[in-house]
Amino acid sequence: MAREIHGMVEKRGTGLWLTHVFMILGVLVIFFPIWLAFVASTVTQSDIIRPPMPVWPGDQLWINYKNALYSGINVPVGTMLFNSLVLAIGIAVGKIVISLLSAFAIVYFKFPGRGIFFWLIFLTLMLPVEVRIVPTYEVVAGFGMLNSYSGLIFPLIASATATFLFRQFFLTIPDELAEAARVDGARPMRFFWDIVVPMSRTNIAALFVILFIYGWNQYLWPLLITTDPEMNTIVMGIKQMFPSGDDFAHWPTIMATSILAMIPPVIVVVGMQRLFIRGLVDSEK
Amino acid sequence: MEKRVKFRGWVLPLLLIAPQVVISAVFFFYPAGQAIWQSLFIPDPFGLSMQYVGLGNFEYLLSDKFYRASFVTTAIFSILVTLCSMIPALFLAVIADRLIKGSGVYRTLLIWPYAVAPAVAGVLWLFMFNTRVGVVSWYLGQLGYDWNHVLNGTEAMGLVVVASAWGRISYNFLFFFAALQAVPKSVIEAAAIDGAHFWRRFWTIVLPLLSPTTFFLLVVNIVYSFFETFGVIHTITGGGPQQATTILVYKVYSDGFVSQDLGSSSAQSVILLIVVGLLTILQFKFIEKRVHY
Repeated sequence: MAREIHGMVEKRGTGLWLTHVFMILGVLVIFFPIWLAFVASTVTQSDIIRPPMPVWPGDQLWINYKNALYSGINVPVGTMLFNSLVLAIGIAVGKIVISLLSAFAIVYFKFPGRGIFFWLIFLTLMLPVEVRIVPTYEVVAGFGMLNSYSGLIFPLIASATATFLFRQFFLTIPDELAEAARVDGARPMRFFWDIVVPMSRTNIAALFVILFIYGWNQYLWPLLITTDPEMNTIVMGIKQMFPSGDDFAHWPTIMATSILAMIPPVIVVVGMQRLFIRGLVDSEK
Repeated sequence: MEKRVKFRGWVLPLLLIAPQVVISAVFFFYPAGQAIWQSLFIPDPFGLSMQYVGLGNFEYLLSDKFYRASFVTTAIFSILVTLCSMIPALFLAVIADRLIKGSGVYRTLLIWPYAVAPAVAGVLWLFMFNTRVGVVSWYLGQLGYDWNHVLNGTEAMGLVVVASAWGRISYNFLFFFAALQAVPKSVIEAAAIDGAHFWRRFWTIVLPLLSPTTFFLLVVNIVYSFFETFGVIHTITGGGPQQATTILVYKVYSDGFVSQDLGSSSAQSVILLIVVGLLTILQFKFIEKRVHY
């Protein structure tokens, strides 16, 4: 009986095949732009500027990628990849560290001004960097932090999402653990390192995945802060590769760069899929 | 919710919270304060002094037809991006949910675009629709349709909408799929025994059960299309043609950095702050509701 009902709900036979066909079609449509970019990164410029371009990869893969990585157009793409890596890891680690510390202070201590600090941090949830670009740019310029990693990273790590996540999680850690630590005479930081941080491992990892993608994909802020091509990140650097006049853009190099720009985040998302989905759901709560 | 057990002392916690408070103060509160302050002034033509104009910048903005047009553009843009990313995602999630085997593989493939930065997505779509080399525009040309998003505002809008929605399909798919998997199978089976067909079951049972997720995604996608699509617009259209794709965030950038009109740009920032505030309240209101659901 159960089997029959099951059969009524879950399609079998032709219905099942049709479902797969729909799914595959969906995946193909979604993938088409990426496929085209990949093909364009394996052919020559003249293959592209005489449309329609080929639909299957050519034999220029190594040449195009080597060309992009070592010479690029304004600056070698290798340099931009490195800058992006510093930015993404800097933002992820920076946010996680300052949020772990402040969430620990808020949850485990009673101190003057705690409520005010809590609300101040809470307010920053409401201010995406896009909204306050001009004055923030002036602050960074005032500190002489244009074209520097610190100027890229610091304004982007000041957000409250991670603090709230850790606060929520710390509140679920049983009180007995803190009590035991206190009875044993363990100092707060000892408790933090030996108990709280190890228990937060999964949350830290999930958050790292989300923040890495967030940092890697930044566009507007690097566009303002890095006027020196040597400091460009790869995501914002692609647009800089287009010629300003009427010339043809060098598509094979640009497309090879686009593919290179998506490889690290794709590896992180696909490789750590479970953590990624967990982080996604958590950080939107 | 509070902890019963607390550690003593107040120097240590202040030290612990200091990094976040200092960074927030320097890079959040001070600039936000500056934005509010600057919105009350206009600099003289030589940039030597500032003249206090009260709410003059706001009055000017709200009567400026370009700014008002930008509001309309933003509304159209965000509604279209939200619809174009949610409907295909729901469709795909419903199909994937019917599969017992293999849905994991499809999920792995479908989350790829999420990892692609909006600005990179912009470049990919620009390439397909490029007026000289684009594959899609070339085939459209063969069919007798002359695609030119550089001159045609409607086509430009369509292109930035699709490019912005593309990566969001992954995101919405993940949430819809998770929600569908959580729908109790017994309810569906009971309806099936009563003879309800797939689409009937979908409309009368599944969709209502999905409504919390749907509403949540509506808000999140609107916030996304307001604030995270700058890269798409900057790479594809640069706000053009004739400001046809200049959404509010893009205008803050182009007025503040390209035309260096600080007073107006700051006033726009303040207006955006209010918009973000309202959206955040909406989001929190909804989350409270979801808890009760």
